[in-house]
Amino acid sequence: MLKSKTFLKKTRAGGVMKIVREHYLRDDIGCGAPGCSACGGAHEGPVLEPQPQDPASTLCPSPHYLLPDTNVLLHQIVSAWRPGTWACVASSLRPPGSLETYVEQEQGENANDRNDRAIRVAAKWYNEHLKKLSAENQPQVIFITNDRKNKEKAVEEGIPAFTCEEYIKSLTANPELIDRLACLSEEGNEIESGKIIFSEHLPLSKLQQGIKSGIYLQGTFRASRENYLEATVWIHGDTEENKEIILQGLKHLNRAIHEDIVAVELFPKSQWVAPSSVVLHDEGQNEDDMEKEEEKERMLKTTVNEKMLKPTGRVVGIIKRNWRPYCGMLSKSGIKESRRHLFTPADRRIPRIRIETRQASTLEGRRIIVAIDGWPRNSRYPNGHFVKNLGDVGEKETETEVLLLEHDVPHQPFSQAVLSFLPKMPWSITEKDMKHRVDLRHLCVCSVDPPGCTDIDDALHCRELENGNLEVGVHIADVSHFIRPGNALDQESARRGTTVYLCEKRIDMVPELLSSNLCSLRCDVDRLAFSCIWEMNHNAEILRTKFTKSVINSKASLTYAEAQMRIDSATMNDDITTSLRGLNKLAKILKRRRIENGALTLSSPEVRFHMDSETHDPIDLQTKELRETNSMVEEFMLLANISVAKKIHEEFSEHALLRKHPAPPPSNYEILVKAAKSKNLEINTDTAKSLADSLDRAESPVFPYLNTLLRILATRCMMQAVYFCSGMDNDFHHYGLASPIYTHFTSPIRRYADIIVHRLLAVAIGADCTYPELTDKHKLADICKNLNYRHKMAQYAQRASVAFHTQLFFKSKGIVSEEAYILFVRKNAIVVLIPKYGLEGTVFFEEKDKPKPRLIYDDEIPSLKIEDTVFHVFDKVKVKIMLDSSNLQHQKIRMALVEPQIPGISVPMDISNMDSEPGKKKRKLEK
Amino acid sequence: MAGLELLSDQGYRVDGRRAGELRKIQARMGVFAQADGSAYIEQGNTKALAVVYGPHEIRGSRSRALPDRALVNCQYSSATFSTAERKRRPHGDRKSCELGLQLRQTFEAAILTQLHPRSQIDIYVQVLQADGGTYAACVNAATLAVLDAGIPMRDFVCACSAGFVDGTALTDLSHVEEASGSPQLALALLPASGQIALLEMDARLHEDHLEQVLEAAAQAARGVHTLLDRVVRQHVREASILLGD
Repeated sequence: MLKSKTFLKKTRAGGVMKIVREHYLRDDIGCGAPGCSACGGAHEGPVLEPQPQDPASTLCPSPHYLLPDTNVLLHQIVSAWRPGTWACVASSLRPPGSLETYVEQEQGENANDRNDRAIRVAAKWYNEHLKKLSAENQPQVIFITNDRKNKEKAVEEGIPAFTCEEYIKSLTANPELIDRLACLSEEGNEIESGKIIFSEHLPLSKLQQGIKSGIYLQGTFRASRENYLEATVWIHGDTEENKEIILQGLKHLNRAIHEDIVAVELFPKSQWVAPSSVVLHDEGQNEDDMEKEEEKERMLKTTVNEKMLKPTGRVVGIIKRNWRPYCGMLSKSGIKESRRHLFTPADRRIPRIRIETRQASTLEGRRIIVAIDGWPRNSRYPNGHFVKNLGDVGEKETETEVLLLEHDVPHQPFSQAVLSFLPKMPWSITEKDMKHRVDLRHLCVCSVDPPGCTDIDDALHCRELENGNLEVGVHIADVSHFIRPGNALDQESARRGTTVYLCEKRIDMVPELLSSNLCSLRCDVDRLAFSCIWEMNHNAEILRTKFTKSVINSKASLTYAEAQMRIDSATMNDDITTSLRGLNKLAKILKRRRIENGALTLSSPEVRFHMDSETHDPIDLQTKELRETNSMVEEFMLLANISVAKKIHEEFSEHALLRKHPAPPPSNYEILVKAAKSKNLEINTDTAKSLADSLDRAESPVFPYLNTLLRILATRCMMQAVYFCSGMDNDFHHYGLASPIYTHFTSPIRRYADIIVHRLLAVAIGADCTYPELTDKHKLADICKNLNYRHKMAQYAQRASVAFHTQLFFKSKGIVSEEAYILFVRKNAIVVLIPKYGLEGTVFFEEKDKPKPRLIYDDEIPSLKIEDTVFHVFDKVKVKIMLDSSNLQHQKIRMALVEPQIPGISVPMDISNMDSEPGKKKRKLEK
Repeated sequence: MAGLELLSDQGYRVDGRRAGELRKIQARMGVFAQADGSAYIEQGNTKALAVVYGPHEIRGSRSRALPDRALVNCQYSSATFSTAERKRRPHGDRKSCELGLQLRQTFEAAILTQLHPRSQIDIYVQVLQADGGTYAACVNAATLAVLDAGIPMRDFVCACSAGFVDGTALTDLSHVEEASGSPQLALALLPASGQIALLEMDARLHEDHLEQVLEAAAQAARGVHTLLDRVVRQHVREASILLGD
């Protein structure tokens, strides 16, 4: 049936347009219930479950489908959905414009009412339609709505309807579901009770007006980790002054939560305050003690000189909430039988959240997730609801889950939609795949990776050509062949951005079938690859560069150690070994040349855990060993990345995805220069080249570890390398590698940036077709932004995972004493590095309940004098390491000084735990 | 512009059609007694009227006459009220000249012009309401009008437009879909032989996708052919009843 709609529209220029649209109402949309003879197989897409499971509701004992209305779907589905407890959702199955359920907007009816009516009509239609089913127990469709009027109307029309709360309460099997209901209903009626603490948020329209006229400023709200009564707002835009605004006191924070986008009003200068240095944690359990809060607030206002005053303001409104579910623990209410409890998030910047639950006793001591629902004006804390129980504190799975959630690492299993785009198994290379590809299966290609690596994304070969030159090939897994632009698989990979490697776990960016099988360049199987092939002379000068899609068959998957062994052993002379030797020879030349150009060799203490194969508990820590072969592979990967970067920038000057590493501002190096001076060494930081040279020269015969320490310090001075779109920036330089242009091409299995680069290169060489998003620099810039964020978060997650495993390790090991070097000197503490474990820790010299020692801090030559002992950077000390679990939520490693002995400060050495091999610690970390 | 979702996840277009479906087509032949041939067609909300005169002697300067075949003269115009905004559309503006030219090329390929040397065939098409696919509607209307005039043709000429959205080819685009800026293609097909009388596209589309879109347009044109064929047969049946055969 054809429906025609005619309406008038006023154009921007003032003209009147008459718009006629037609709409085809279909009669071929099935109901989605399997076995429905009336609809036949007309339905495509998701179907209803054949037999709706019986969730044992007392309200409707018969089997039923649920049909929630839009608001229920929006607000409750996330919190209350758990497979098996809800029957299937039917409403999404009926696309608009089905003949039977079409509803026309009536005169005087607004769009929302029409939608409500449409849902009711659909529910009614379903109920009548399902009656025709011959099945003995006819399923019913239950309409779930929270709108009272809507429900009344539905009941009038003979549709079984309940509110969400009624329905969930009636579920006998799952009493805990009720906790997960977002408590939206409370918001309205609570205002009358209790006294109003916060001033009202202004509506968005007023805020926008205010921002436009400059009364208010828009910025990101950042709560302070140390002090819950203080926060800063980073103002958006490029304003020079008032970039950072300080907010102090609960009332002025006005219910803003970390990461929210807020509008702030700036106070006159007379009311400006200085950031306080007090550490304040919210300990209060009772919410009536507002007076106490005020007292605390007064404490913040210490008298300071004018210079310290910073722009101060208050939050007038929230532009965008950036709430997410938060991890943390329950602080059980002191009152027995109470259902209201406070939840303490793991992140100190998030306020405590009030939740209502009946299972407080079971949730105690567990890590849980809670979502915020709202923050009424009369409440000291925001209201939230319980979402998920992660498990016991300290359990490995729980803690891993927590650190993934806290670092916003998407780690859910891949959805059906994503998996549907995977190639069907058994997979083989077809004629079509061979189009635009060269067959390189005859080449003697091999891969070199760390042991246990299943996602092999690079392989190499080297052979002598007839003209005496060398042909070197880098073959990279052709992931972009499997991940086509725009589909669900592509979107998911783009969202994840990177594979995250934790100590005992890997969070894949692409599904396992691709990462460990079809894309992994394993030996003795045909694999699709993207090859970069150079012709070089024996001086490693590139004569010709060729990029091509290819098919390869790797002859061997080696580990770094195996490859090293082959190169070193004189008896082996097979193809693979000669190929490796050729590569190694060239790599050395390349590396030398690169270092001559000013590339930096930096160092960071990297550690690996030896895991128990059964329990996956760390049994030993080991610093990473580096072999010649590591740098051999690295060298060719760098070369490939640089070659590709040049090529794609040549082809797409406006929208190539590149990677840059900005030079750090000179002030960053201050600490390094000062530290070196204390050891009578000169570090020149004018250019990367001079820095590299002076680092090479900075050797001390009596102190071999010094060089590594300096390199570790230098690493801390560096800026973060970032992805960017070539059309949005004009500084392409990579400081650390001393390359004018750089990108990532060699690890498409674990980095999304590489997939984009593969696509760009494929278009550049005519092997693949382009798509509009690829040549849109704004879209590309968005991708870069997400990738940079994901990379940063992945790094943090990795560090957190290492920290957690270090804790586990020391938990099992007990208290140990180790030698350490001082990395930094602070006002009241020293930061030390223990080379044996690659572990860094802080030794505090001030403790709460002990008398304060006499501390003299010198900023010029970084040194700290405690009583009579002076500490300099790079001094060797001995520390005791132990696990501090006084705070259940934040376990940490605590270090205490053993040597040099300072009466009252240092702790006695425990002889039994001393390491018996002092020589081992001095192993130099050469890189 | 965030834009309209042209193709929903369930595979429906804005107006409820699926990707490969045509709009509702209604047509009538012999709408004017005065002309030699005439037809009226509705493709959804796009409505066009075609009138054919000829073959007759060359009007105007005789020098235009072609010694070996007939001259096909096509004129396109659209009514002031044909679009959402009322707008005077003078004759001879660029758009109508171009469409006229395209129609002429199309019909020179289809009409057996060599049967009428030194004569002229006039095809006048007017669009009464435009809602996407004007060229296609004009061609389809003109085909019926030429058939009505009894001018011998190689085959029907059936035209249809096709676009490309989210990796799927959409056929018979409506105005909303055309305005979205995605690539679109107009195809005039001689269905029996599968020959292409005219193919026109003025947006960028990667050659890998061209085949898919072309095939979708051809499929739709064949669909149009079945409908037009039914209209012609119906018309002939009615005419023969009137004639008393």
